[in-house]
Amino acid sequence: MHASYMPPLADYVRVLPELILTVAGTLIMLLEVLMGERSRAILGYFSLIALLAAVWGSVIAFETGGPAFGGLLIVDGYASFFRILVIAVGILAILQSFNYLDREKANHGEYYALILFSIVGQCVMASANELIMVFIGLEISSIATYVLADFLRDDRRNNESSIKYFLLGSFATAFLLYGIAWIYGATATTSLPAIRAALETGRVSITLASLAAALMFVGFAFKVSAAPFQIWAPDVYQGAPAPVAAFMSAGPKAAAFAVFVRVFMTAFDPIVSRWEPFLWGSALLTMIVGNFAALTQQNIKRMLAYSSIAHAGYIMVAIAAHSEIGIAAVMFYLAAYAFMQVGAFAVISYFARQGERYVNVDDLAGLGWRQPVVAALFTVLLLSFIGVPLTAGFFGKFYIFKAALDANLVWLAVLGLLNSAVAAYYYLRVLVVMYFREPGEASDTVAAPTFGIQLALGASVAGTLVLGIYPSLLLNFATYSSQLGR
Amino acid sequence: MNYLLNVVIALPLVAFLIAILLPKEQTQTIRVFALGSSVVTFLVSLGLIAPWWFHSPRGWAFETDLNWIESPRIHYHVAIDGVGLWLILLTTLLTPICVLLSWRYISKRPKEFYAFLLLLEFGLVGVFCSLDLFLFYVFWEIALVPMYFLIGVWGYDRRIYAAVKFFLYTMAGSVLMLGAIIYLYNAAGGTFDYVEILRRLQSGQMGLSHEAELWLFLAFFVAFAIKVPLFPLHTWLPDAHVEAPTAGSVMLASVMLKMGTYGLLRFCLPMFPNAAHECADWIITLAIIGIIYGALVAMVQPNMKKLVAYSSVSHLGFVVLGLFSFTQAGMDGAVYQMLNHGISTGALFILVGFLNERRHSLEISAYGGVATPAPGLSTAFMITMLASIGLPMLNNFVGEFLVLQGAALANFRWAIFAAIGVILSACYMLWLYQRVFFGRATEDLKHHMPDLNAREWACMVPLIAMMVWMGCFSQSFMPPITTATSGILAQTATMTEMQVRRLKPAPPNLVAQASACGKAEAPHAR
Repeated sequence: MHASYMPPLADYVRVLPELILTVAGTLIMLLEVLMGERSRAILGYFSLIALLAAVWGSVIAFETGGPAFGGLLIVDGYASFFRILVIAVGILAILQSFNYLDREKANHGEYYALILFSIVGQCVMASANELIMVFIGLEISSIATYVLADFLRDDRRNNESSIKYFLLGSFATAFLLYGIAWIYGATATTSLPAIRAALETGRVSITLASLAAALMFVGFAFKVSAAPFQIWAPDVYQGAPAPVAAFMSAGPKAAAFAVFVRVFMTAFDPIVSRWEPFLWGSALLTMIVGNFAALTQQNIKRMLAYSSIAHAGYIMVAIAAHSEIGIAAVMFYLAAYAFMQVGAFAVISYFARQGERYVNVDDLAGLGWRQPVVAALFTVLLLSFIGVPLTAGFFGKFYIFKAALDANLVWLAVLGLLNSAVAAYYYLRVLVVMYFREPGEASDTVAAPTFGIQLALGASVAGTLVLGIYPSLLLNFATYSSQLGR
Repeated sequence: MNYLLNVVIALPLVAFLIAILLPKEQTQTIRVFALGSSVVTFLVSLGLIAPWWFHSPRGWAFETDLNWIESPRIHYHVAIDGVGLWLILLTTLLTPICVLLSWRYISKRPKEFYAFLLLLEFGLVGVFCSLDLFLFYVFWEIALVPMYFLIGVWGYDRRIYAAVKFFLYTMAGSVLMLGAIIYLYNAAGGTFDYVEILRRLQSGQMGLSHEAELWLFLAFFVAFAIKVPLFPLHTWLPDAHVEAPTAGSVMLASVMLKMGTYGLLRFCLPMFPNAAHECADWIITLAIIGIIYGALVAMVQPNMKKLVAYSSVSHLGFVVLGLFSFTQAGMDGAVYQMLNHGISTGALFILVGFLNERRHSLEISAYGGVATPAPGLSTAFMITMLASIGLPMLNNFVGEFLVLQGAALANFRWAIFAAIGVILSACYMLWLYQRVFFGRATEDLKHHMPDLNAREWACMVPLIAMMVWMGCFSQSFMPPITTATSGILAQTATMTEMQVRRLKPAPPNLVAQASACGKAEAPHAR
């Protein structure tokens, strides 16, 4: 590579979604200043249009797929899948934000801009094929999310959430960076395929490479909230505004898993026997910690936070399977999980009211009889979390445990299955409260959902059901792209 | 003709979807719709008898096999044999009765109640005809959700505890079964198809190691044993029964418990015959403990519903005993007993529900002398009770006789212990009857104890008629059952012979038994 390197035009097409979103985010910042108050109403819609355009951009980018910018990025099916997934999460999060932000009198353009920037970072992570790009993507995504967590800056819960997220997130990033430094020291490259090639020659010290892998594992485990690095997640999700919690528990998590899988299945593939036991243990611990801690939660955001930890555990079971079926299962599960999680948070964004007054499980008492449609949709999502057939959550679990059994991880699969039975208890509790208790003050006073909430919730449930009845729609593509690089 | 089974599966689902769209204020419309649709389903399902009426099919009838999901290969594969036939008819018969008996009793949120009842029917019918393991699991779980709501919303005081316990017990068992199903899929080279897996197992194309077979058997077995429920996994049952509304208790006892025994018969025995034979001794021990323990605990219950619930534990013990006796008589009796229990225990729950509607109490001590003001109710209860005890000419007698015969053929001691259960059942039932119906009625009770009205008779008459019919003319029901069970028995026996020969010379009586059963199913015997 020399100084006057000019990438071909196709390379720019391959980063079309990132380009669209960066331009749109910047425009939003400018428009708000230029147009003042009038812009408020339209900026949200503008960001939605930008996101839809980015979906289109991802499709175009996929059609001209391949490595871009000298192999810094790779636009394969896998990357495109995650790009579209994180963009979809962004759309659903923004839809449920309108009403929330109006209610909290915080409808500012930078909210949308930050979401777009965060998605840019996640798209970069999804397609990164080189460790520096991984790091850059992670930072773009994280910094925007730190700010989003503290978006209602006068709310002390937001402050706590954001500072915790920031401090622990920085730690994680530092670990990751340290790992990158080690592997660069060992192999003299940061490109994932090159690291793999170097490790395959056998001339690199396995100890050094393992140490680097361990450090990067810590970094990624933080980001996906896997045990024993999950402590931050409940506090952060509980404190952050509900739509932001929806966004950051689905989007950045999916992107972090995307890059986690890519790094470990490409660069560190030759030393799989070294890291697989750790993944095995961490997956089991994550499931157990998440599920058992969720059992006793009163705050529904906190409960969903622990449940999201448990779901991360299931996903890690699939990664531990170390196979293409496993990767496809990870992809499917993350899509299913994104729909469920964002949909569940849409209900909270809707129900919590100003200042998030009603966020306890008990507040939902009798919702099933006051707002039957919302409750019915929420029920579908909860059943999907439990893993009842004909929902996306069921097929997600099904594919994960199938991958695990394929890879002969019988014990991990059995323990995971038993875990999912434990999990049924706390999701059922929400159903119990919604349907088996008489309506309380909170459900008596709740107004009909606004259009944005309806759309976000409806789309999430539709996604959950479609993936639950015709999983092939998504799974075929996931299977196709599970061979990384295609 | 082949589409008839699909119609029977689809009708409750369509009815459910229509029911949730009906306006919730129009209670009467909803009730009439629920009754009408479930009666239509029942009438249509009668058509399923046709193949056995005209000729008796050896294999599957009404088979439909459609692609559902390409990868992994999941099919919508449904068909019935003699066992599935009667269990489906039992389901479709009891659903309209449940609608009818809830007519006045369910005043709270009737629309949702009837909708869930129809959804439950859909799940149950599906369970009894799925030939794809995955599809079976789907229906199995679908049936769980409406029952959870039926108990939780319309139940009594401790309904939430009971509903959650019911769900978690079943869920804990079924996730293990899911694991086993996935394992089988991989081992079978990518198919969930029950018929196909069975064929590969028997032809030796697909071999399971001894250890794998045992674990798979146990995973399926635990899921089914919880549902049956087999002692000591039965503790959810009394809670669920006592707290459920009458219709819920009826569906739970009459049909949902049969999901467990049906699963044992359909999946556990033919797919893992060696493990089944190996574990038979201690399973039968548990079944016999259940028979005696259930009866003893029933005897001391002050609560009528709990008494009937524990009697179910006892009766279902007979079914398991019959299945694991591996004799033709035992299996026939077990299947017959599934149907009998569905009819007679269902009827008992209905009658207890009628008493409760009048007096608002389930405590036996709140009654006494009911026979004076309500002779019709007392007569109906008497017949049902006698059927439940196993009086000759009534249905349970046939089933219990066959089960005991089968058990005696296999091991005479089993039959002796199980027979104690029959005696005990007479004790607790007669004592219950004496305390509730005989004696002097208080004035208060006389005022609140009208006799059965036309609607209530309409619930009871079909069931009583069935008790007599099944007791006197068991031959109207038995041939399809025998065809199905002899096939299953042959499948379990053939495998034993094959396995044993490899290790050491088989004992002569086993070979004789295997070849005798094998004749019915010629291709497998080779």
